Amino acid sequence: MSAELFSVFYQFADVFAFLILSAAGLAIVFGMMGVINMAHGEFIMCGAYVTVGLVNLGVPLPIAQILAALTAGIIGMIVELLIVRRFYKRPLDSLLATWGLSLIVTQSMLLIVGSAVRGIGTPEGSFAIGGYTFSTYRLVLFGAAVAVLVGLYIIFMKTRFGVIARATMQNAAMAKALGARTGRIYSISFGIGTALAGLCGALYAPTMTLIPTMGATFVVESFVTVVIGGANVLLGTAPAAVFLAMIRMALNASYGQIIGQIGMLFAVILIIRVLPEGLSSVLVRRGR
Amino acid sequence: MLKLLEGPQTLGRGRIFWSCFLAVLAGALIYPLFADSYDVGNFAYFLIWIFMALGLCLMWGYGGMLSFGQTFFFGIAGYGYGVLAINMGGGTATIAALVLSVVVAMIAAGILGYFMIWGGISGIFFGIVTLSATLVLAFFLGQTAGPEWHIGPARLNGFNGMKGMDPLTVGSFDIEGSALYYLMIALIVIVYIALRMLVNSSIGNVIVATRENPQRAEMLGYDVRKYQLLTFVIGSGLAGLSGALYTSWGQFITPSSIGLPAAAMPIVWVAFSGRNDLTATLVGSFLLLFGFQTITVYSQQAALVLMGVLLLATVMLAPQGFVLGIGKLVVDWWSRRRRRDEGTALADTGRLQSDET
Repeated sequence: MSAELFSVFYQFADVFAFLILSAAGLAIVFGMMGVINMAHGEFIMCGAYVTVGLVNLGVPLPIAQILAALTAGIIGMIVELLIVRRFYKRPLDSLLATWGLSLIVTQSMLLIVGSAVRGIGTPEGSFAIGGYTFSTYRLVLFGAAVAVLVGLYIIFMKTRFGVIARATMQNAAMAKALGARTGRIYSISFGIGTALAGLCGALYAPTMTLIPTMGATFVVESFVTVVIGGANVLLGTAPAAVFLAMIRMALNASYGQIIGQIGMLFAVILIIRVLPEGLSSVLVRRGR
Repeated sequence: MLKLLEGPQTLGRGRIFWSCFLAVLAGALIYPLFADSYDVGNFAYFLIWIFMALGLCLMWGYGGMLSFGQTFFFGIAGYGYGVLAINMGGGTATIAALVLSVVVAMIAAGILGYFMIWGGISGIFFGIVTLSATLVLAFFLGQTAGPEWHIGPARLNGFNGMKGMDPLTVGSFDIEGSALYYLMIALIVIVYIALRMLVNSSIGNVIVATRENPQRAEMLGYDVRKYQLLTFVIGSGLAGLSGALYTSWGQFITPSSIGLPAAAMPIVWVAFSGRNDLTATLVGSFLLLFGFQTITVYSQQAALVLMGVLLLATVMLAPQGFVLGIGKLVVDWWSRRRRRDEGTALADTGRLQSDET
């Protein structure tokens, strides 16, 4: 019995980790700046390629993954400086600009690197409970997703940066008047967002085929999680991921991945009819 | 009715504009007499996509709804045409398949639009929800390679694409080559004129008022949601028309016409052209499609990189669109010159008069 229970938890953890890891970066950027980074998938791809490149050079996997996340973060800050910064007052244009960037990056990668890159294979290791075997790496991913949530909680709730960042999020003009350097806050937040995207790519790099268009695999999950989460990403993202993971897990188990994804989309479309502001609006109302 | 052809919502009025319009139309009509049939087929191919661009122009430029789902409805109608044409057995039934597949796309738009618009989704979220739906449809169709995925005798075939449907046919006459080209020209003229009338009508004024300020339009007593849904259904239906025509043109459709990067293409055309005007969109989209096709022959990736660069350059340099911007410059220059001519004429008369006294 406990083996079945663990199996259910394991499937839930797998989907939950995927949703949190792919959405966290997008959610931070959206929550802070109101910008949806359409090149999010490309930062994920960047993280995956850097990881695989470093591992092929002989760097141990965990270190390669951390370096990949840092690389994506630094590239993100450069992109913020050159492009995104101009569009904070025009969120729809930021959507288009980053989509243009995404097209450029994906297609240039196809031109330069080509479609095939030697993968590195999932780290081995499995354990058995009852009659079932489970891959250890999937649990590592779940651990990483929880660590990302805890890390974000600490950064945004317990540090000085977090206080200023939340103030900026609530009212940028007022925060600026009180002396917060909002430009720098935005830059760092964008960096954190893209670093998290890079981390997502780095963590999933061993489990999937590396192709320049791999970012597309993650964007639907990240979009719907952010949509359901709502404007207050610090409150909304984790409950949204729990909720969507339950739906997804139930459908995956009985009908397979693609029906799981379609079912998740239908659930999202039904929910925005009832809760257009997302889950965080309900949570905020409760809190008051 | 004809009064609605010109109005505050569309650029281009007066005798000069309509003479240019007729000249271009005449040029398009006699083109097949001079070109070889391969080029005519290619031209017809560019024209297929124009409907999708005009639809997006209506939704985004006039209605303020940035839909990333044009290829979603393109795909529904494209696959719909295939399934219907195969199941209904070709012949004249293909015309019914075309109409029905567009209707199916419009129904899909009505359902998706209802949930989004009545839910109050707008702006960025409108874009990413429609894009999510688009990508999920592409993933779904991509994994339908197995023989169990079929509707009647029509196999979906996954990434290899669906094939085997008849082209548009009347009786035993296949509408292909220059016949298809003339059909496209006729449809584009009808759609273009109809959209001009729509946006200049009272309905169009409400659509634009909603774009400008939804609350204000609502306070004035309009149920803006109905107007938004209407805009969304028409715009998406035009994408469906593109899709059905595309499938009948090539007797082939694959999921790659739906997913990324295909979904970005209508956005690039309309953004580059100038989303606020139908004529700019018509001209700009055609130019971009022509350019894109020319480069694709050498490298598809390079052509797509160029599209990305154009999108980025448009939002950074000319957020209202390049074609519209250039068009406005030309018109300004023209009217300024005319005003200056009139000005000097007036000054001359003035001098004459003062000389007399």
